[in-house]
Amino acid sequence: MVDTIVIPLLKIAILLNAVLVAVSYLVLLERKVIAFVQSRLGPMRVGPHGVLQPIADAVKLMTKEDITPARADRWVFTAAPIMVMVPALIVFAVIPFGPEVELFGRSVPLYITDINIGLLYIVSVASLGVYGIILGGWASNSKYPLLSSLRASAQLISYEVAVTMTLVSLVLMAGTLSMVGIVESQRDAGLWFVFAQPVAFAIFFIGGLAETNRAPFDMPEAEQELTGGFHTEYSGMRFALFFLAEYANMIVISSVATTLFLGGWLRPFPGVEGLAFLDLIPAWIWFVLKTFVFLYVFLWIRATLPRYRYDQLMRLGWKVLIPIAIGNVIVTGVAKVLL
Amino acid sequence: MPGDEVSAMKADLPSPMFDTTEMVLNMGPQHPSTHGVLRIVLKLDGERVVDADVVVGYLHRGIEKLSENRDWTQIILLTDRMDYVAAASTNLGYCETVEKLMSVEVPRRARYIRTILNELQRVASHCLWLGTHAMDIGAMTVFLYAFRERELILDLFEEYCGARLTYNSMRVGGLPLDIPPGWDRKVNEFCDIMDSKLTEYETLLTHNRIWLERTKDVGVIDGPEAIALGLCGPTLRGSGVGRDVRKDEPYAAYDEFDFDVPIGTRGDTYDRYLVRIEEFRQSLRIIRQAMDGLPEGPIVGKVPRLIKPPAGETYHAVESPKGEIGFFIASDGRSTNPYRFRVRAPSFCNLQGLPRLVRGHLVADVVALIGSIDIVLGEVDR
Repeated sequence: MVDTIVIPLLKIAILLNAVLVAVSYLVLLERKVIAFVQSRLGPMRVGPHGVLQPIADAVKLMTKEDITPARADRWVFTAAPIMVMVPALIVFAVIPFGPEVELFGRSVPLYITDINIGLLYIVSVASLGVYGIILGGWASNSKYPLLSSLRASAQLISYEVAVTMTLVSLVLMAGTLSMVGIVESQRDAGLWFVFAQPVAFAIFFIGGLAETNRAPFDMPEAEQELTGGFHTEYSGMRFALFFLAEYANMIVISSVATTLFLGGWLRPFPGVEGLAFLDLIPAWIWFVLKTFVFLYVFLWIRATLPRYRYDQLMRLGWKVLIPIAIGNVIVTGVAKVLL
Repeated sequence: MPGDEVSAMKADLPSPMFDTTEMVLNMGPQHPSTHGVLRIVLKLDGERVVDADVVVGYLHRGIEKLSENRDWTQIILLTDRMDYVAAASTNLGYCETVEKLMSVEVPRRARYIRTILNELQRVASHCLWLGTHAMDIGAMTVFLYAFRERELILDLFEEYCGARLTYNSMRVGGLPLDIPPGWDRKVNEFCDIMDSKLTEYETLLTHNRIWLERTKDVGVIDGPEAIALGLCGPTLRGSGVGRDVRKDEPYAAYDEFDFDVPIGTRGDTYDRYLVRIEEFRQSLRIIRQAMDGLPEGPIVGKVPRLIKPPAGETYHAVESPKGEIGFFIASDGRSTNPYRFRVRAPSFCNLQGLPRLVRGHLVADVVALIGSIDIVLGEVDR
């Protein structure tokens, strides 16, 4: 009873809250990091150095008027933000933040569930989010959102192919689709997969930027071209859901990348005995640190690079990344058979 | 041209399976990239621009007509409000035109200071152009970097004349104020800072692959066509035409300084970018030379208390940061205001080349091209 219902429910509650807090603070972090890059200070008013800014933002968004355009498709318009937010959250179910730990005399794994098709689950659930974007743009019954949601869907689908190809070569290495299994195989190999699969890592990272609609691939919400992108007509909490989903997706991609390529909760160089003192730091802290590095790079790139044009983005996806990814799968497969 | 290819392909199709009509997209007047209040009606085929119709006039204040009812000194204030990001250049253009009409000799010191102010203004205006252009293409950090340096120039202007945007910094016959003590040192310091910051901008953009892909071969226009369209300033020079009023018909003190007129080769957005980046450097070169050789002497020439030019008309052009700004002024010789006042605004001339530039490109290129021709709507609409 306790093991099957109470503990999982508790874990879900804790994780959901942690993710939502992390998301709102990621927004603040982004504003701060970009501000420092641009020699500004960023939010400074609410709390010391603006640390309470996310709360002020949340209050503002919740009390804002929630407008539905007169000619919008009311039901779809309402459902779209939810369809974007939910997949972004439920992906976290299979992400392992750490191994099993002893808590109050019980052995508790630091993940909600470990299904044997974890990777497949992530790929399929994460791609559901695109429905929300398409429907949101379509239901707004407005030109800019429509253009932008068309861009978004084309972009997500194209990059999905390249990203999934890199995952195939990773699965070839690990021999399992379970997220926990992938981390454990990295522990057994004594090697983070980023060193074994650098090409796959690069493609996964670029594809991850594109799939989360982040700069330099933030075409769907290129405000200089399409004003607000697919959420132009949204306001208040519904806009907030789109917004939060984008940042939740960033965390998802970062934590998936951490799990797959940076050894998840493992310490650096898991094969080197001499570094065993690093295990004093709890596993989940390693995980958070690595995820944070990814997030920081996401923000850093946004502050540095201009934006690709839509056709260039498609060319990069189909003509560069996908062939390389397929080649990488073949090379990995051949190497696997020969070695 | 890609746009023609698209329509040619369409004509070949026997009977389209889907109803594919062109979509009309209204870009502006409240669009983040239209640099003020510009409206562009785009005709789109998918994301490709088939045609563009530029609608101007949202910022029309009737400055030309107003000027016919103001006396000659009051008009300087109005010229501030035309190109409000390069007020000193418009001031200079107007004052020199009136001086030409009255055949007034401007003292050498005044001409030097005018040149310095003008080149500082060019750097400030190009900073704004670089920032917004890069921002339109998505590089938002450059925007804040460029504004940081523009701020330094605004501080210099504030110290010189007390204003930061609309300077009213010149008078017919000379200048209202001499430079404050210590100002020359600050200007030299600024030139050194700006030199190093230019490298910083270039690190972020010039060899950036995404920047190259976004700007190369976008909005290509060759020299003869650019001339035929009436483009001017850096937009024209990007197409390889070495026309610069500062060189061709020197005014102020430009004939006394060494500087180059950078020109492009391909006439695309990237060349226009390179031309303006090089103009930054040339402007700093001119400022340094002018500061070193700043002569002593009066700052106002012999001008009667009541300015009343003799009957006649004249046209005079100067090189503003946006291009060639020309003033046509007719005086009847009796009244204390112009009989006719007309401005050839470079932004307006460049803007009417925009439909030609964007045709066949994507929506994303439209904003890149608006940035590339560097317009300011206060000057377009006047």
